[in-house]
Amino acid sequence: MSNHERGAELIRLTAVDFGYTGTPILTGVDLALHANDFVGVVGPSGSGKTTLLRLLLGTVRPDHGTITRRPRVAVGYVPQLETVNWNFPVTVAECVLMARKQRGLPWPSRADRADIADVLDRLGIGHLARRQIRELSGGQQQRMFIARALLRRPRLLLMDEPTSGVDVNSRHDMLHLLSQLNAEGVAILITTHDLNGVASHLPRLVAVHRRIVAEGPPREVMTSAVLEATFGAPMEILEHLGMPVVLDTRRPHMSIAERRAS
Amino acid sequence: MIETLLDPFHYAFFVKGVVVATLAGGLCGLIGVYITLRGMSYIGHGLSHAIFGGFAASSLIAVNYYIGAGLWGLASALAINSVTRRRRIGADAAIGVITTASFAIGVALLSVFGTKGPSFDAALFGSIIGVTEADVWILAAISLFTAAVVFFNYRTLLFVTFDPEVADVSGVRVARADALLMLVLSLAILATLTVIGVTLVAATLVIPAVVARMLTNRFATMLLLSTLIGAACGLVGMNLSYHLDVPSGTTIVLTGAAVFTLVLTVTRSRGLQRAARLSHGH
Repeated sequence: MSNHERGAELIRLTAVDFGYTGTPILTGVDLALHANDFVGVVGPSGSGKTTLLRLLLGTVRPDHGTITRRPRVAVGYVPQLETVNWNFPVTVAECVLMARKQRGLPWPSRADRADIADVLDRLGIGHLARRQIRELSGGQQQRMFIARALLRRPRLLLMDEPTSGVDVNSRHDMLHLLSQLNAEGVAILITTHDLNGVASHLPRLVAVHRRIVAEGPPREVMTSAVLEATFGAPMEILEHLGMPVVLDTRRPHMSIAERRAS
Repeated sequence: MIETLLDPFHYAFFVKGVVVATLAGGLCGLIGVYITLRGMSYIGHGLSHAIFGGFAASSLIAVNYYIGAGLWGLASALAINSVTRRRRIGADAAIGVITTASFAIGVALLSVFGTKGPSFDAALFGSIIGVTEADVWILAAISLFTAAVVFFNYRTLLFVTFDPEVADVSGVRVARADALLMLVLSLAILATLTVIGVTLVAATLVIPAVVARMLTNRFATMLLLSTLIGAACGLVGMNLSYHLDVPSGTTIVLTGAAVFTLVLTVTRSRGLQRAARLSHGH
């Protein structure tokens, strides 16, 4: 896909370095997100995927390099489910309403209620509006947070591991939903370490391991060389229905002594 | 029986004490919801000890208690909050270091120079003897101010308490909201200290909120219930204080503990599960 097809540039990272308390996490990052992008960031745990999200969100500032944002671009953010206090006493509707700035009275206006009902119905969870958030399944919880992000009408939606902790059907539904949103003009970037279930289905991938290892369509990024450089382990790539399928060729039953010997 | 119950209301000092205890209970119940849901239940305990340092210092240099101790308490609260948000050390450690040092300063100052204000025992365990009409008005003003802060910043405070990172990304001024909450918390502890006492004020922040959480899954209802439970514990506890001749802070907290036990028994495991996970995830 050419830059023209990818639409207007929304945000660009140029030669960005970042670390927490002096320990480098990401170095020399060059990355641009465009209005029509649907990007997956892949990499192992601790590779800097979430840090890259935080740089894009602006919640952390680079130690070196520059971040250029297109003015007045609303950004929606969906956090990892694991970071949320699900026992918090709020209903689905109350949670979604958090995204709408309070003007005067604390309770929702008629317009707020209509907008919340619309966005929840659109995501197929309208009937759950009065449920406490803990009562939802993993897929429904993700949809609730997407609804909260969409209430701000974002041009760019950033999601941290949106398919972790959800079953296969919910994962499929989630990807379908995100594709629809992307087709409607929302640029999307998600992080994932699920190569076969998620990454191979996305139009564009960025492989990260402390730096950008590779960037492009799945065929170019999901290669043995790139994945070994990213995940630090040999991986075999097959093709199924025109999509790359990754095989982890390590023997899980191998003892540590055997691995060292091999 | 009724005459015995109404007997203390013939004394002006007791009426003032009841009004202060009820208002203070409701105020602490309201703020306690935010504190417990943030997993900072211990901050009330720590902050009351920190304010004790300000109480001693303001007494020593003859500055108004509310101004001196208030500024001291607010500075301590902001320091704790700042350290906690940066996550370099945990909230418990930050509270432990900042507030115990402040308390130690207070004890040292009082030991060396004595006090010109409320007595040492009254500050530690609470007393209604020293409650003045000015104290009642100050507490009423702080209660009104806090209610207004919560009412007009309801969604902001809820968002920041539930998910500060997403709130920040969504354009909420998280640091400002945190500072606002720490301000009303400091003011509430300041105004409550003389009646409830340094050692027991934390319980008035935590118990009503925990009981309310056991009874509801809705945030607005939890705020309302916690405020009412806190106020009721203040009212009943103050009456018990008179009849049993026990310090007011003690009876208020014991009333709260009795309500907690009762609700826990009635709601059994469901309530316990909700309360136990007040600030945890899955």
